Amino acid sequence: MSKIRFTEPNREILARRDSIINDLTRLVDPAGLITSADECRAYETDALTAYRKMPLAVVLPKTTEEVSAVLKYCHDTGVKVVPRGAGTSLAGGAIPSEDAVVLGLSKMNRVLAVNYDDRFIRVEAGVTNLSVTAVVAENGFFYGPDPSSQLACTIGGNIANNSGGAHCLKYGVTTNNLLGVRMVLIDGSIIDLGGDYLDSAGLDLLGLVVGSEGQLGIVTEATLRILKSAEGARPVLFGFPSCEGAGKAVADVIAAGIIPVAIEYMDKAAIEICEAFAKAGYPLDVEALLIVEVEGSDAEMDATLADITAIARANGATTVRESRSAIETAAIWKGRKSAFGATGRVADYLCMDGTVPTGKLSYVLAEISKIVQRHGLRVANVFHAGDGNIHPLILYNANDPSQQSKAEAAGDDILRLCVEVGGCLTGEHGVGIEKRDLMGCQFDDADLAQQIRVRAAFDPRWLLNTDKVFPLDFRCQG
Amino acid sequence: MQTNFSLTALADAHVSESEKILRACVHCGFCTATCPTYLLLGDEADSPRGRIYLIKDMLEEEKPATPQVVEHIDRCLTCLSCMTTCPSGVHYMHLVDHARAHIARTYTRPLPDRLLRGMLAKVLPFPGRLRLALRVATVSRPIRKWFANLPGGTQLAAMIELSSSFKRRRPTRRLPGATVDRPRGRVALLSGCAQQVLGQNINEAAIRLLTRHGIEVVQPIDEGCCGALVQHLGYESRALDAARHNVDVWTREIENGGLDAIVVTTSGCGTVIKDYGFLLRNDNAYAQKAARISALARDITEFLHELPLQDGVRTTGQVVAYHSACSMQHGQQVRDQPKSLLRRMGFVVREVPEGHICCGSAGTYNVLQPEIANRLRARKVTNIEKVKPQIIASGNLGCITQIGAGTGIPVVHTVELVDWAMGGPLPDVLGRRLG
Ligand SMILES: Cc1cc2nc3c(=O)[nH]c(=O)nc-3n(C[C@H](O)[C@H](O)[C@H](O)COP(=O)(O)OP(=O)(O)OC[C@H]3O[C@@H](n4cnc5c(N)ncnc54)[C@H](O)[C@@H]3O)c2cc1C
Ligand code: SF4
Ligand code: SF4
Repeated sequence: MSKIRFTEPNREILARRDSIINDLTRLVDPAGLITSADECRAYETDALTAYRKMPLAVVLPKTTEEVSAVLKYCHDTGVKVVPRGAGTSLAGGAIPSEDAVVLGLSKMNRVLAVNYDDRFIRVEAGVTNLSVTAVVAENGFFYGPDPSSQLACTIGGNIANNSGGAHCLKYGVTTNNLLGVRMVLIDGSIIDLGGDYLDSAGLDLLGLVVGSEGQLGIVTEATLRILKSAEGARPVLFGFPSCEGAGKAVADVIAAGIIPVAIEYMDKAAIEICEAFAKAGYPLDVEALLIVEVEGSDAEMDATLADITAIARANGATTVRESRSAIETAAIWKGRKSAFGATGRVADYLCMDGTVPTGKLSYVLAEISKIVQRHGLRVANVFHAGDGNIHPLILYNANDPSQQSKAEAAGDDILRLCVEVGGCLTGEHGVGIEKRDLMGCQFDDADLAQQIRVRAAFDPRWLLNTDKVFPLDFRCQG
Repeated sequence: MQTNFSLTALADAHVSESEKILRACVHCGFCTATCPTYLLLGDEADSPRGRIYLIKDMLEEEKPATPQVVEHIDRCLTCLSCMTTCPSGVHYMHLVDHARAHIARTYTRPLPDRLLRGMLAKVLPFPGRLRLALRVATVSRPIRKWFANLPGGTQLAAMIELSSSFKRRRPTRRLPGATVDRPRGRVALLSGCAQQVLGQNINEAAIRLLTRHGIEVVQPIDEGCCGALVQHLGYESRALDAARHNVDVWTREIENGGLDAIVVTTSGCGTVIKDYGFLLRNDNAYAQKAARISALARDITEFLHELPLQDGVRTTGQVVAYHSACSMQHGQQVRDQPKSLLRRMGFVVREVPEGHICCGSAGTYNVLQPEIANRLRARKVTNIEKVKPQIIASGNLGCITQIGAGTGIPVVHTVELVDWAMGGPLPDVLGRRLG
């Protein structure tokens, strides 16, 4: 294991640890400064637990001003900073460096304003994705992007990774639902980008910030678009005797110009895992399952479903089952959204995240099973098929170092395959450390150099989330 | 998650069990979102995932517990909300029990803390001593502020403060069992230690309900505390002794007359009795017997729900906020039965927003961690009052006392309401309102 390298920690910073901590005590509330080894350890990793680094210290500010004071201090004294939301990154985006201070937003979890007339909500960056919807649900509104981790992940993390979810096929990902941010730059200056409405004057810097993985600044507040919930919604389960049939059905639905709210894919391995956990009534006698959700008035749903069912049948669907109650609908989604966690019951996994053109889904799925077999491992597939955003879960035994490296090698092969078929390395989980060294497969040197120049314009000393996103070697040339 | 235990460490049955639990955790963080202490404090080390991680390090390295680890484990309410949330089936309860026992073995608490915990463990499980202690507390009430300045005094003051909310309930003696003609079933009803002193009316109602339905009720005289209190304080061997004792007592009842269930009206105790089979799994003499006892344990609402119930005889329709105790909804996963019983009796049952979050009672927690407990109570009461109930119902004495101390709305046990609806007496605290 430990294929992924970290830069050598700066010894001079390590030597100054005590005085840095001493200085930080003056900048944040004592309850928000964590320095003991035992307590810092809780922050040494995120959801990519194969990699761990103990941070220099952890600060949990309560206000934008505290964030600003800490960043200014770190900037002036050359200390690296790793932003952290809920630590659910699957790409190691929130994993610290030994010479870095982790700046966590978890104490900044207040709702600042809700405006139903203009349909926006303003929250602090540490608010979880699901609690945004929870706040507005009683008035019939919701927040569109719904990562499977929505119960726990924060809006700040969502912005940094441009997160998406099952329902983003219709509603778009984070970037399509973010109206504005308040952000602190590494030198401590506080800027506001965007506003309370879609699109704003000047350069689209907001677009730049979305997906920047904490390297351009730390988001402390966000204004989000909220939407009126549809009159009704109905998920339908389509079971297929072959993965190819299911993949082809997705491609045909998209090609026909039909946009359901969600098209989620599960293969047999994933169906078994999720059914055991959620008892959602997924068919167990099929090779692949599509969960397709439609919404609107009954007539609208019936019409769309008739079209989709015809396509599914033409591709060999053997089971077609509509949800008949709110409880059943909840169970169907609970099973899907818990898929990764539930996989933990049977094995450790590496969750891959790439995007492929929907027309290539069947081919890619077949290739993935060959790749994983070649490395002597197993795979479970559960993903946002409508967007072509695949998540093969490579199953392995984390206590066996040889399996860890096989899993990582298989993962790399899968991501290269995504790029080869005209897709991309990341769907929604970000690059982090996990895909950093594969960036060269996707971008040529000129592309990377330009991205690095943009990054350096915000953070010339490379203090923010230093080891992430850009290949370590390339950065020196950049 | 990857683990790193030595083979010698894994030879220990506790360690190997904990290793399995740790291996199942994928560090996804879902559980952080439903953990009361993480919601309030926002520190990963006060979240389930963080605690699991700290415990993992402590056990892997075979290190004595440090004050920091102890602080974060002590702040855990053992509400088990994290277990309901976890998609991966991580058994946090068994892991934290192991951690608490490890702390008790390897860490010397500061003297005031030790005295307080020792006192709680020596008083609460024994009805006679508890009665006496409450009398002392009542007398000390006027000087409780003075305690607050002593080391460990905030906890002592909290205890005295809390004891005042017990006053309304009349203390009585242990109830005798109840026989019926041609019984259709026979159950043992757990007396409960604190409940005998503070909430006898609850078991009185339960007995009336059960006998009304032709169920014979026995209350073995030598039954002891279920062991939950000492277990959560980290006194592992005392908890096991308590479990063995009760296993013997109930096994005797099974052998002399048979038992269809061991019925529990305090969900905190129910969770532990349902776990006896696990606790005593490595004790050859007891493993099987304990598993049988656990399989027979039922919350009173679970048991009633399976009976062909009589109809209510009173005019109901009152708006009831049902507060599900953590030990009920998370510990035992009993969710719908209490509400459906109340609805069946004609009450208008309202769900409490954020119902999955603890009220702060959590056994001895409101004494040991008064600050967090008070914040959780305030949050709970605000949420309950949002649904504008006339009555609050719950299935756990701890919650009833905790919530009762924070609101003017009467709080009763679910069975007291059901019993009243079927013709039993009106619970005291409702006297003035519905009488
Ligand atoms: C079981 C599981 C399922 C998942 N499902 C999905 C899914 O369906 N769709 C999806 O898109 N993702 C999914 N994810 C990945 C992850 O939840 C998302 O990437 C999420 O947006 C991360 O949010 P977080 O708050 O946990 O951020 P963290 O993990 O803490 O951080 C993620 C990145 O954001 C940066 N960051 C965090 N907060 C800020 C801030 N305020 N300002 C600047 N930078 C910041 C960090 O430095 C890091 O680079 C899943 C993860 C898990 C474990
Ligand atoms: S939800 Fe379960 S698997 Fe995920 S971090 Fe918590 S305990 Fe671990
Ligand atoms: S038992 Fe409750 S307080 Fe303890 S970690 Fe789990 S959710 Fe948090």
